[in-house]
Amino acid sequence: MQSTYQNQHKHGLKAVRITGNEEISPNVYVISWERTVGFEPGQVIKITADPQEPPRIYSICSGNKEDEFYVLFNVKPAGILTPRLATMKPGEEIYVSEPYGSFSCDESPAHCIATGTGIAPFYSMIRSGKFNNKTLIHGVSYANQFYFEDFLQKELGNRYIRCCSRETNGVHFPGRITEYLLGRDELPKGDKYYLCGQALMVVEVRDLLIQKGIPYGQIYAEIFF
Amino acid sequence: MDTSKEPLFGKTLKELTLVVADLGLPKFTALQITDWLYKKPVGSIEGMSNLSKKNRELLAEKYDFGTVLPTKVQVSADGTKKYLFVTGKHQFIETAMIPDENRTTVCVSSQVGCKMGCLFCMTAKQGFQGQLSAGEIVNQIRSIDEAASVSNIVYMGMGEPFDNLDEVLKSIEILTSDWGFGMSPRRITVSSIGIVPAMLRFLQESEAHLAISLHTPFDEQRKSLMPVQIAYPIAEVVEELKKFDFSGQRRVSFEYILFKGLNDTALHVKELSRLLNGIKCRINLIRFHPVPGTPLVSPDEETILHFKTQLNDRGILTTIRASRGQDIYAACGLLSTKEQNKEM
Repeated sequence: MQSTYQNQHKHGLKAVRITGNEEISPNVYVISWERTVGFEPGQVIKITADPQEPPRIYSICSGNKEDEFYVLFNVKPAGILTPRLATMKPGEEIYVSEPYGSFSCDESPAHCIATGTGIAPFYSMIRSGKFNNKTLIHGVSYANQFYFEDFLQKELGNRYIRCCSRETNGVHFPGRITEYLLGRDELPKGDKYYLCGQALMVVEVRDLLIQKGIPYGQIYAEIFF
Repeated sequence: MDTSKEPLFGKTLKELTLVVADLGLPKFTALQITDWLYKKPVGSIEGMSNLSKKNRELLAEKYDFGTVLPTKVQVSADGTKKYLFVTGKHQFIETAMIPDENRTTVCVSSQVGCKMGCLFCMTAKQGFQGQLSAGEIVNQIRSIDEAASVSNIVYMGMGEPFDNLDEVLKSIEILTSDWGFGMSPRRITVSSIGIVPAMLRFLQESEAHLAISLHTPFDEQRKSLMPVQIAYPIAEVVEELKKFDFSGQRRVSFEYILFKGLNDTALHVKELSRLLNGIKCRINLIRFHPVPGTPLVSPDEETILHFKTQLNDRGILTTIRASRGQDIYAACGLLSTKEQNKEM
């Protein structure tokens, strides 16, 4: 029944063959397949391993000029999709939708704030060359969750801020993103703020930004659901 | 409730048929059990008096009756009540009962917390803690003091119903089946922010009314109020709705919370009438009830009435929802169990 309603919607699913599936950090994978359509960095895609199961939505993390789509996912042990996805090998089939959504940055100066795998849409923007005037703030629990750290450090330099809540090493800000933002004397009021992550992080950071005088019309959020 | 055992409450007739088959009980026992679960005021397997003692013992070995009484009730000056329930995962949810002259409406929760992150909603502030089962949804109707007089049900409490669609559809099946509560689906309204694939499935698999949280017809403005706009723009939601026939008894309505100086202008009236052109619907205007940390305020009564008049003049049936239970935080957008869940 579920496949019926999925196919009726314009984000219907089609089968693709996996070209790669690499564990880049404990329980976190990057899965890839050939790109046959264009997309805007920041867009999402629906994925399922079984067309009878409801698909889940993931941000694309590859650049829009790359030959393959890349998607970053962490394995949720009680989940239906990700434990299976983690075991899949190149050549096997998954079912994906066309890219859609409008979580896209314009040329304005912006702060892009993410926790965990919420970094994916911003990584896509960076790899697509669409991250001028922008600062990336990434929050994680442990230092090995700073996915793509070497690349980001090289690309962004001091526009790449890492907040690590459960480990300290003198390099990363020791604490949560909210603590980092609270400690900032002033945030640029003319900037846009893009948030991506779990609902609670999004509402907490948004409230904090508003409290610090950022107009809510300049805050955009991509939520996981 | 014995949480070590599986609850019977919340199971469909089909599921109960499997339960009785598994226990080696006669097939008709399933229908007898639905009577006790959904039609009669008992709360234990022991109370299922038309089942033999032996069969009740067999059932009780593996199953619990499954209803849960509220742990707290608050009563508003206007008669609205807010009930607090504990879920099977030891989290809290809230339910509002709104009495009126001719009806008793129950506003049920479908999730613990919410993932949708709407700027104007108190439930969003607690993030998402979990899904409710169909039994936990229907229990919010079965286990309140007014259970026998409930006339209308709205899925407008905590959570996004279309993010828990399987359980929401199952709960509607229990509420509307002859073997269940036997309610008309026209007494049930499910409110959503418009997750399109789930909305389409809901429209196909249920006959209940639909309410869509609209709040502004403008794309950029809606993105800043409701992150879901990024994935499922309201224009797409409305485009899909136009493919369905709402000229009969089934109703689609749009909820519109008014925010002072933000979405209460003549421009919004014009764009709303353009957006909704060609769809038989109504707009339900809602007064904003301020939540902490949100820079939004409600316009004055004159503006609200003027907005309503302008929409009605353009041929869109528009009503203003009465604010109920505001003094006990039971009104629209104010439900939250953040503090209680922290304490668990």
